[in-house]
Amino acid sequence: MSKYEAVIGLEVHAELMTDSKMFCGAPVVDSVEAEPNVAVRPLCLGMPGTLPVANKQAIEYALKVALALNCDINKFNRFDRKNYFYPDLPKGYQISQLDHPIGVNGYVDVTLESGEVKHIRVRRVHMEEDTGKLTHMADGTSLVDYNRAGVPLLEIVSEPDIHSAEVAHAYATHLRQILRYLEVNSGDLEKGVLRVEPNISIRPTGTDELNTRTEVKNLNSFRILYMASEYEIKRQTALIESGGSVVQETRGWNEERKSTFSQRIKEDAHDYRYFPDPDLPAIELDQSFIDAVRAGLPELPASKIERYQTEMGLGAADAKQLAAEKRTAIWFDAAVTAGGDPKAVANMLINNLSAMMNESGQAIDDIAVTPDSLVGLLVQVEKGVINKNIAKEVLAEMFANGGSAASIIAAKGLAQVSDDGPIRDVISTILANNPNELAAYKAGKTKLRGFFVGQVMREMKGKANPAVVNQLLDEALKS
Amino acid sequence: MALTRNDVEQIANLARLELTGTQTAMYQQQLSDILNYADMLDQLDLEGVEPTTQAVTMRNVLRADVVETTLTMDEVLANAPQKANNQFVIQAVLDE
Repeated sequence: MSKYEAVIGLEVHAELMTDSKMFCGAPVVDSVEAEPNVAVRPLCLGMPGTLPVANKQAIEYALKVALALNCDINKFNRFDRKNYFYPDLPKGYQISQLDHPIGVNGYVDVTLESGEVKHIRVRRVHMEEDTGKLTHMADGTSLVDYNRAGVPLLEIVSEPDIHSAEVAHAYATHLRQILRYLEVNSGDLEKGVLRVEPNISIRPTGTDELNTRTEVKNLNSFRILYMASEYEIKRQTALIESGGSVVQETRGWNEERKSTFSQRIKEDAHDYRYFPDPDLPAIELDQSFIDAVRAGLPELPASKIERYQTEMGLGAADAKQLAAEKRTAIWFDAAVTAGGDPKAVANMLINNLSAMMNESGQAIDDIAVTPDSLVGLLVQVEKGVINKNIAKEVLAEMFANGGSAASIIAAKGLAQVSDDGPIRDVISTILANNPNELAAYKAGKTKLRGFFVGQVMREMKGKANPAVVNQLLDEALKS
Repeated sequence: MALTRNDVEQIANLARLELTGTQTAMYQQQLSDILNYADMLDQLDLEGVEPTTQAVTMRNVLRADVVETTLTMDEVLANAPQKANNQFVIQAVLDE
């Protein structure tokens, strides 16, 4: 065991996928694709006389997340002003929740690659608004785009329960899956709709000290979250072991050097002077509303992974892969409900369909193969109408042009031949045409059996029943 | 409640105001007077009264998630001291 361990807390900011902004009717647009400043109303510019009115849908989304993260829900919600001067919000403050966040004291159980489960507590989930985007120019000026200013934003703060870069990565991935399952956030880190900021410190292993920490910002992938966390842990350990001390600061990530660097922000300069926003009346959530939102939560990935293993007998890796994306999981569930054997469906989905989808660039909802039609194909295999190799060919045809397995098998004459007569005829021909190989086989080169099977299958265009071929070939070779 | 000179300088700094020495002394006096006046409220007996953060008793004033018309680009940038590429141009902020 190493001398020091990491203490990591994660702050996650997630934009909510509403149509309009948190406090006015300006649209929420893709901040990468949209032209600058096309989604702006007077409130977004902090114009005098404008009044914010909270978006009901955003509150429902925030509540969904808080419930999915097992939080205690605060029925009494209030918005506060976080005051600071920075051009990303022209009104001089960000509307946030300080004392009455929508959710507190939650947790998630995160399963690692090894199967080990980590219990990570969620300190709070609160609603706020996103800020505008600044682009810094070479001449020392900055350009400001207010499309993003006022977009509903959720801040999810974990307790410092994370002790390695691996767990930080797993927790962030887990959170992203939940947000995508709830359909409140696309999880697109590169577009900045989901942002992850670790607070990292180290302490002697086995103690419960909380030491000076650094915060790393602007990490636009989970891979970078992992690398930056690893780097910070090593940097701080080396610093302390050489007699130095960690400075509380915000650090950025340099992708070229694969290292973090100080952003030299004076941490003690922040004095946000929070106070309740007088423009926004408090929000009281009814128990009936909370119950209804809770009842409407979808089955979450952790539950699906568990169910796929215990009820369906799938392996951990397959279960995890199927549950990673909600649409894939729903598709899989539908195929099983339609009567498909879970292992056979999982096998087709993971080993065959995913490759086809990767190649064509299609999402599972857009492909011509439906859960029902896949089950139809599996039935043909089960009944012995086609063998597994032909099944792949039929699946490719279903993927390309749609249609049922049965009709494709009939149209293309792909039904498997199990009758002894025709197979025996082909075997005789093959043996007669390859006298040298036959002689070698009889002289003891038994590996050539595979050669004969291959020739027979090729002659019969793959349609011969492999079991019958094997049996008849053995008889013929013995004679 | 009396404010110190440091308090006033801190408040001025947070508000991005540059004060002369004379102004700092003047605002120290004026702001202290205002706070002292408000201190009168301490004389009230508030035993058993819930703290209030808003004078209105309204609750749950919400809007449906509906998109409304946005400003035109000319309107958005009407007050911009400088503009470029349909954006506001500002001098770089040093502490970012």
